[in-house]
Amino acid sequence: MSNDKSNDLQQQVENAFKNKIPLCITAGGSKSFYGNAVNAQAINITQHQGITEYQPSELVVTVRSGTLLSELEAELKANKQMLAFEPPQHTATTTIGGAIACGLSGPRRMACGSARDFVLGSTIINGKGEQLRFGGQVMKNVAGYDASRLMVGAQGTLGLLLDVSLKVLPMSEAEITLQLKTELNTATKHIQQWLKQGLPVSASCHTNNTLYIRLSSTASAVNASANTIKKLFNCEEINNDFWLSIKNQSHDFFSTKNLNNNQRLWRCSHQTNTPIYGTDDNNNQLIEWHGALRWVKSSETLYNTAETHSGHASLYPINQNNTHTDIFQPLAKPLIKIQQRMKLAFDPENILNAGRLYTDI
Amino acid sequence: MNTHIKQLATTLPPHLLLHEAEDLKPYECDALSAYQAMPLAVAIPETIEQVKAVLAYCYQNDIPVVARGAGTGLSGGALPLENGILLSLAKFSKILSIDADNFSAVVQPGVRNLAISEAANEHGLYYAPDPSSQIACSIGGNVAENAGGVHCLKYGLTVHNIIKLQVLTIEGDELTIGCDAFDSPGYDFLALMTGSEGMLAIITEITVKLLPLPAVAKVMMASFDDVAVAGQAVSDVIGQGIIPAGLELMDNAAIKAADDFVHAGYPRDAAAILLCEIDGSVEEVEDQLKHAEQILKKSGATKIQIAKDQAQRTQFWAGRKAAFPAVGRLSPDYYCMDGTIPRHQIANVLKRITDLSEEYGQTVVNVFHAGDGNLHPLILFDANNEGELERTEELGGKILDYCVEVGGTITGEHGVGIEKINQMCHQFNSNEITQFHAIKTAFDEKQLLNPGKNIPTLQRCAEFGAMHVHHGKLPHPELERF
Repeated sequence: MSNDKSNDLQQQVENAFKNKIPLCITAGGSKSFYGNAVNAQAINITQHQGITEYQPSELVVTVRSGTLLSELEAELKANKQMLAFEPPQHTATTTIGGAIACGLSGPRRMACGSARDFVLGSTIINGKGEQLRFGGQVMKNVAGYDASRLMVGAQGTLGLLLDVSLKVLPMSEAEITLQLKTELNTATKHIQQWLKQGLPVSASCHTNNTLYIRLSSTASAVNASANTIKKLFNCEEINNDFWLSIKNQSHDFFSTKNLNNNQRLWRCSHQTNTPIYGTDDNNNQLIEWHGALRWVKSSETLYNTAETHSGHASLYPINQNNTHTDIFQPLAKPLIKIQQRMKLAFDPENILNAGRLYTDI
Repeated sequence: MNTHIKQLATTLPPHLLLHEAEDLKPYECDALSAYQAMPLAVAIPETIEQVKAVLAYCYQNDIPVVARGAGTGLSGGALPLENGILLSLAKFSKILSIDADNFSAVVQPGVRNLAISEAANEHGLYYAPDPSSQIACSIGGNVAENAGGVHCLKYGLTVHNIIKLQVLTIEGDELTIGCDAFDSPGYDFLALMTGSEGMLAIITEITVKLLPLPAVAKVMMASFDDVAVAGQAVSDVIGQGIIPAGLELMDNAAIKAADDFVHAGYPRDAAAILLCEIDGSVEEVEDQLKHAEQILKKSGATKIQIAKDQAQRTQFWAGRKAAFPAVGRLSPDYYCMDGTIPRHQIANVLKRITDLSEEYGQTVVNVFHAGDGNLHPLILFDANNEGELERTEELGGKILDYCVEVGGTITGEHGVGIEKINQMCHQFNSNEITQFHAIKTAFDEKQLLNPGKNIPTLQRCAEFGAMHVHHGKLPHPELERF
């Protein structure tokens, strides 16, 4: 489906700017839990759809923000390519605009890079109702400030995303998933070792004393690597679809019915070898990104602990009604000042998703 | 002595504050020597406290500050300002730590790019971005430019290979940008800071990502009797799902120049060569090399040679790496351009460059990172001939305008300093340029950090636009002309 609503959307923002009417940018709504609620007039991007440019040999796709993530991923797959940051698709309504605005990356992040790493350019509508194009459709581009990557994770507070140009990668010729029983501490050490040996580890996950790893490369390289591991460990080959449940957070771990009283789900981001904290029960955590991303069910508030370990935490009320305020790690004071100024640099009347990330930005 | 120098001398000892003409001379330009200016003084602090003191003084007294690393930049980004302080970060040259378990290193901004990989080598790790100046250029400058290199097709630019920055704002705030984790809360200033040409803040510490050294790396040289066919072959390789570690194209003039200079063993009669490097595990390299060879043959390569050993691999690369100095021997001066284009436009743009070269009567040699469409046309000229630099810049400007026209950009990795600033008006409209200025103001309200670089004023665009009427359309029509 293709439908250009950019002028219509621009007019809505321009009117809102002139009349100082706060707006709440909405798309598929699958990640509405991931931030503060914005009580304002809705502006919906879901009709602004379509892949506007895609030549597989360029490894670049330009897509309107309201395009369904499923539609985009299917088109890439038909050309043996993929969004290598593996953004979560929580529901059938997830859009690429929402995926980029929220900036979440999936299992392949450590091997290939994050959502923002794959953004090459974007067209936005800023808070004055101006259509602006930053970046481009080429791999290398250092003209002007990198405003397009700034949009990733900004959740529409700096601009309404109209389209994004993304770098895409060829799908691997072969993939194998192995599972083996091991404790987390030893698991992260194994992974480090495998990476240093040059094994093509494209994802890892640890939960319930089980390590899952995915190997991606050419067929002979994947087989040779799997054999290297099988020789040393008692492991089992399982279906690669396991990673869809991690990517889309449909794995049983993420289900709210498994949360005990007072427990909340935290997303903690760290260096890979940071010690375990926040829980003493292995069943209460799921670890990705070779140890760097920890999903922790805890009744404690983890901001301070995360900071002590040089990382950050956010509440992740997936599958719940988000009644929390300011779910993200509080920022250092001097940084808040500049982030506030940056918000006003793009949105002087503070009409775009005001307070979505932090109430004071 | 100037009052400002007297005042600064109270915080910096004499050997760290240069102000005599002969001391300032080495700092009058970066590697784009066509532009020169003498700063008020050069400050070379050794401690963060000294950096803070210089910034505080400049902030209080409205003195502009231009940061400088190794001065290898090619776009005049570190060109001093006559009324400003040039802040050299060369003395911050320590690798503070290497964390082999987390594949990262913490380094000061004056550390040389190559020194990081050398230090990481004992852990089996390296730092991937490898600009051709990597022996000399500093990591702080790499961040300010978002430097690339031969290997960024597969491993990304500087922006993809740094994790955290410590910076000082002109107002004196110390900020941590990014964090030790693989994402950070709030707006992503890490990407914004990368490539910002020292215009947002002064970088004092950098955490870089390190990668495991690949088990094997092999290079293949494919010859072509038509440069356009070589250009198409680049798209064919990538379109078939192979991401080489490096994919470089040289035209006949570059082949001959490089071969004369370092005896790289290049086919001197070929219209173009492609150097295609594949790295990874033994099996992966074997599979992909075979596949790439088939594709290149099918795409019209007249001859394919795989380097038989490490010595030959080094020899093949030596020619490419020495291409710029080799071309430097052909002519008193050359001007290096840096446009990036969609790969499928390579043949078309090369044709346009040939036409422009004939029109201007100036030789253009082409050496470039073909894999990511990043062109480096080298325009030969003699600066001693009156008006030749201006003509060369005009020719270069036309090449860049054409890059933008076919969907590309005016700079892939060299950045916009003082050079190419006019082409920014071609790539961006007034609202976009105004937004860029607003971004700068969020960090630097007084416009003291490297002012006048990177982002043109609208006034400048209006004046430049008056000269470049394109398809009868006046760029930035909303602006008053003077």
